[in-house]
Amino acid sequence: MALDSMREILDKMEERNIPFWRVVLETDMEERQVTEEASWEKMRLTWQAMRESVDSYQKDLRSLSGLVGGDGERMRAYAAGGKALSGPYLQGVIAAALCVGESNACMRKIVAAPTAGACGVLPAVLAPLFRSGQAEEEDVVRALYVAAGIGAVIGYRACIAGASGGCQAEIGSASAMAAGALTALRGGDGAQISHAAAMALKNLMGLICDPVAGLVEVPCVKRNVVGAVNAVSCADMALAGIESRIPVDEVIDCMGDVGRRMPVEFRETALGGLAATPFGKSVKEAMEG
Amino acid sequence: MLDIFDILGPVMVGPSSSHTAGAVRIGRMARTLLGEEPVRAEIGLYGSFAETGRGHGTDRALVAGLLGMAPDDLRIPRSFTLAGERGMEFSFYPARLREAHPNTALLTLDAESGRRLEMQAASTGGGRIRVDRLNGVEVSFTGQFNTLIVRHRDITGALAEVAREVSRARVNIAGTSLCRDRRGGDALMVMETDQKIPPVTRLLISEIPGVKRVTYYEREED
Repeated sequence: MALDSMREILDKMEERNIPFWRVVLETDMEERQVTEEASWEKMRLTWQAMRESVDSYQKDLRSLSGLVGGDGERMRAYAAGGKALSGPYLQGVIAAALCVGESNACMRKIVAAPTAGACGVLPAVLAPLFRSGQAEEEDVVRALYVAAGIGAVIGYRACIAGASGGCQAEIGSASAMAAGALTALRGGDGAQISHAAAMALKNLMGLICDPVAGLVEVPCVKRNVVGAVNAVSCADMALAGIESRIPVDEVIDCMGDVGRRMPVEFRETALGGLAATPFGKSVKEAMEG
Repeated sequence: MLDIFDILGPVMVGPSSSHTAGAVRIGRMARTLLGEEPVRAEIGLYGSFAETGRGHGTDRALVAGLLGMAPDDLRIPRSFTLAGERGMEFSFYPARLREAHPNTALLTLDAESGRRLEMQAASTGGGRIRVDRLNGVEVSFTGQFNTLIVRHRDITGALAEVAREVSRARVNIAGTSLCRDRRGGDALMVMETDQKIPPVTRLLISEIPGVKRVTYYEREED
């Protein structure tokens, strides 16, 4: 048993009549030769670390360049004012994505999911549901198995590093994982989970990795918000019965292909995109000076 | 297949899984393979490691790993100071390599005992690493398994002898590779195993005729 394609996971679900999360859990038990309890406990601790990465946010911290910090608090304060366009859940998602992304830039402890640059996406969509009592710990841990399964397939078939495939491989993958996790959490079946993940990845296809001065700050922190909000939209679409026309495994392969053909300037080298704007260059010079 | 806790994880100090956490693991792997704390380290950075390494703390992360730190160690940002206190010299240079992974480091380490290790490794994403070259010989292992590295004379049956000792300890081999510099010269055997290899087995392997050196990396539980 391995997580080489989404098709394989769905076949396994049907064959054995078990949910998505259990296919992933059993694969982990087999691969690492651990008991169900040991696997579950490790995932529970991962969730705990994710929650802490949201809760330990310090609004006064600033990153090395000084460009990042304080926006999570700004969003929280704005939401508390009651005038936000988005509803309570989405407000929480946006604020949490900013908080965790900023903490990462400030060298605080986070959970890479699938990478540190994208560490805000999963906690952002899950923590507000958990905090408001719409999801129990057990539901969230199961959703994380779903996310991990999707991420494992993407890592196997395509890539999850910005240096290999651009931002689509980091925020795009995180968003697909989060979309699938949310869909499962709200009772979606295997097909719906696949559609949600496919749509999320398609929506961010081609996104380049262009960090200003090479730092995981600008535009990385705010792209965590995009990844998270995109995941919520795609999960809602999948749960509404909307389908991705292109099968999820083909979308994943396509993302890998686009990544491989992406010019090196757009793969974390900080030589192109927003990093090469006059502002981006001035930050780089200031950092070196 | 990928370990699902490499996808959701590691729990780490930011800002970059490939440039910070992966770099810590590369340093830590090199320290383990050297077998002791290095007193001097020359570190070549290639590709994105050279381009954006400083802003991601890649340099500090590599040195933190050489000091034995794990990726979630909050002292990583202070590794240069700590290395100074422990008497470890280190320097960085831009490495010239051909066809290497974009996040590659080339480490040349010297130990107090006079031992020297040259290791080329890549950070392949999400904090995972791959060792690509050891003392000039091409290899490929990730540290996601227990890994036995045996340098031996290129003689008939060396691989079978080592495999026999490993199987007698009821250890299953997940993958293995064997490379030599020339016929009858030095060969390097890399064996990845599911279970831990007991010290007595490693000792027995080191006593096999033709075996020059046995190095062992034990998979880290996090």
